[in-house]
Amino acid sequence: MLKFIIKRILVAIPTLLILISISFILVHSAPGSPFTDDRDISPAVMKNIEAKYHLDRPLYVQYVYYLKDVVTWDFGPSFKYKDFSINELVNASFGVSVKIGFWAFVLAMGIGVSCGIVGALNQNTKIDYAVMSFAMVGVAIPNFVLGPILVVLFAIYFKVLPAGGWNGGGIEYVILPVIAMSFRYIASIARIMRASMIEVLNSNFIRTAKAKGMANSYIILHHALRPSILPVVSYMGPAFVGIVTGSVVIETIFGLPGIGQLFVNGALNRDYNMVLTLTIIVGGLMILFNTIVDILYVVIDPKIKY
Amino acid sequence: MKFNKLANAALAAFLLATTAYAGQELVRGNFAEPATLDATLGEGVPGSNIMRDLYETLMSEDGEGNLMPGQAESYTISDDKTVYTFKIRDNANWSNGEPVTAQDFEYSFKRGVDPKTAARYSWYFKILGIKNGADILAGKKPVDSLGVKALDAKTLQITLGQPIPYFLIGISHVTTSPVPQKTIEKYGKKWTNPANIVTNGPYKLSEWVVNEKIVLVKNDNYYAKDSVKIDKVTFVPIPEQSTELNRYKAGEIDYLYELPKNQYKNLVKTVPDEVKVLGRVGTYYYYLNMKKKPFDDVRVRKALSYGVNRKVLAEKVLGTGEIPAYTFVPNIVSGYTAPIPAYQTWTQKEREAKAVKLLTEVGITPSNPLKFELLYNTSEQHKRNALAIASMWKKVFKGAVVVTLKNQEWKTYLEEKKAGNYQVARAGWIGDYNEASTMLDLLTVGHSSNNSFYNNPKYDKLMNEARVTSDDVKRNKLYQEVDLMVAEDMPVIPLFQYSNARLVKPRVGGYPKVNPLGAIYTKHLYIKN
Repeated sequence: MLKFIIKRILVAIPTLLILISISFILVHSAPGSPFTDDRDISPAVMKNIEAKYHLDRPLYVQYVYYLKDVVTWDFGPSFKYKDFSINELVNASFGVSVKIGFWAFVLAMGIGVSCGIVGALNQNTKIDYAVMSFAMVGVAIPNFVLGPILVVLFAIYFKVLPAGGWNGGGIEYVILPVIAMSFRYIASIARIMRASMIEVLNSNFIRTAKAKGMANSYIILHHALRPSILPVVSYMGPAFVGIVTGSVVIETIFGLPGIGQLFVNGALNRDYNMVLTLTIIVGGLMILFNTIVDILYVVIDPKIKY
Repeated sequence: MKFNKLANAALAAFLLATTAYAGQELVRGNFAEPATLDATLGEGVPGSNIMRDLYETLMSEDGEGNLMPGQAESYTISDDKTVYTFKIRDNANWSNGEPVTAQDFEYSFKRGVDPKTAARYSWYFKILGIKNGADILAGKKPVDSLGVKALDAKTLQITLGQPIPYFLIGISHVTTSPVPQKTIEKYGKKWTNPANIVTNGPYKLSEWVVNEKIVLVKNDNYYAKDSVKIDKVTFVPIPEQSTELNRYKAGEIDYLYELPKNQYKNLVKTVPDEVKVLGRVGTYYYYLNMKKKPFDDVRVRKALSYGVNRKVLAEKVLGTGEIPAYTFVPNIVSGYTAPIPAYQTWTQKEREAKAVKLLTEVGITPSNPLKFELLYNTSEQHKRNALAIASMWKKVFKGAVVVTLKNQEWKTYLEEKKAGNYQVARAGWIGDYNEASTMLDLLTVGHSSNNSFYNNPKYDKLMNEARVTSDDVKRNKLYQEVDLMVAEDMPVIPLFQYSNARLVKPRVGGYPKVNPLGAIYTKHLYIKN
């Protein structure tokens, strides 16, 4: 096990390096610089701006500077938001994204898994159809539609929740974004869970358990749940990273100061440092969570060993 | 006991609910996160909106954008109009209580013009015409040679290289605000942090959450604090217009940055009192790349221009107070009356007939069509405008003009346009100060936004002449002459003059009916009780 974890970490280093290099090349090959503007900047001023951010150096030197930033975990100044360093901006917004993401994830897992089980147990009955239609709707409605609907309903019509803002993350500011964000994942998880549960319920060991006269609820909780949740677990890793790092859509709809907005604005502003930093963070998280998922596999499924 | 607790809770909730909206508090939608709150380094409209409340310049503006004294209570101008001497108010103070001095202004101007400061708006000091400013910006002269000098603590002398007629208007721009030298030197880049920042305007910074809100509170050390009504103003960056509208409807913001155009008609019907439309010093136009054939031919340029039905574009495609533009300078510019070029007096039918005739003369016919790409930066509204105009051309020229729409993301578009890698490109220019040259300078040789590569020595000569003409009437006559040349040479196709339509809650008073630069200071607003 320990050997496995060490191996994963060792593999992660070149993976991240490749990721950094590719993003570095892509970001720098986008036309326009962070300082492209429709107002006239004198060449002497431009020279100083470029020198300030090392943009006057050859690309490979900039690349080395950048690697140094990564290693020291100090990502330098933002090219756009002059009053802040990248570290400050990311630190401030990361908590917001994690909070929203965490609750959305918990909600999606809780409701998704339950819906899946209910559907599987009542396969091809009205209950199954009802639950799965709900899941289909979830997959079909994009969050940029659901978000505004929630806002219109709860903030404008009933006036029970705020339409947006964060204000330090009070519960009333979290509810709508969490629902809007989790909806799609609830749907996917329910579908994966249902399919896998049905498969497990039809397998030989369950039939044996039934034959032994065990109670249905006991069979489901002690025998069926663990093997059938495996596909959900493998979906979970990337889904969690996706939820935490990136819902630009949810963030813009609800005016949340999270990572997603930084990412998109960073790309539009050619804020090189910002884009590269977030790429590394997302990449790193992705590797981390895939590793966690692999470890969870061992915990859940005794058949799997590393 | 239990009842008491409940009653207390209810009372607290009630108080909370009422205090949230009671008093002189305003929440302004502000589109985007400002790039900085350092006035000298500032850029962009969202930042300017906030900094106009935080800082005060030598000259300021009233609610309608008319010039009025700011930090300077009076000034004298030398006979040759090149030396301005300002007397700074005795009671002009920084938010920490220290007096604002002439040295503060000297420091700030020099900081702005110093290439080492690397200020994005440093070009602004060039157009102000301060002595040696352009040379310092070009790195040819030392910063100390700038024509700004503190004669004593409250007397500031600014020397210009040549008379600049719009100089006083120019120094009401937020870029020319004083910034606190001691604070900057003490905290470096961190000086704009709410804990460190010192400003001299009606408000001071109280809270800053990136991408969520910026909160300002009244500055008790401001000399005119008694006339400032609003105690607390919050700026909320909301890039998405429909999101902003929802939050307005939910009662969370009082004042939109801009309303979604497709909602305008509906809003005018449902909340007519809350829809506020202001004309702007700004023109929406198309560049014609005169370095590329056949756009080097004035007949082609005129034909394309005549072929656009501006009334339909302004009223039907846009329809939120935009005005059809036949000349480059908006009529709303103070002291300026836009001239009426011949083609404006024709009917649209006449214009179209003339357009077809011109193209036929050049040999462009449905069997030998003119094919080109129309470049615009990615946006729904630019796309709608481009589609409308392309279909107008298609109809008028009956297939002799074939347009392909091409959109690019903003920075890519800017690069392509500057490099001349385009044929026809969308553009818009919002004036930096309320004077005709803020628009007309664009088409002079060497201007970074002369993307048509228009080169008419007479145009440049008249502009240079206007620059040194201090008589307002005479100068505006020259501008009119230049503006007519745009209609005659048609290096660009003026399409419409910008407007700004927003919703403002009825409880907000003091919102102006006119304000050409769209510079709305919170100090001029109040909450009706």
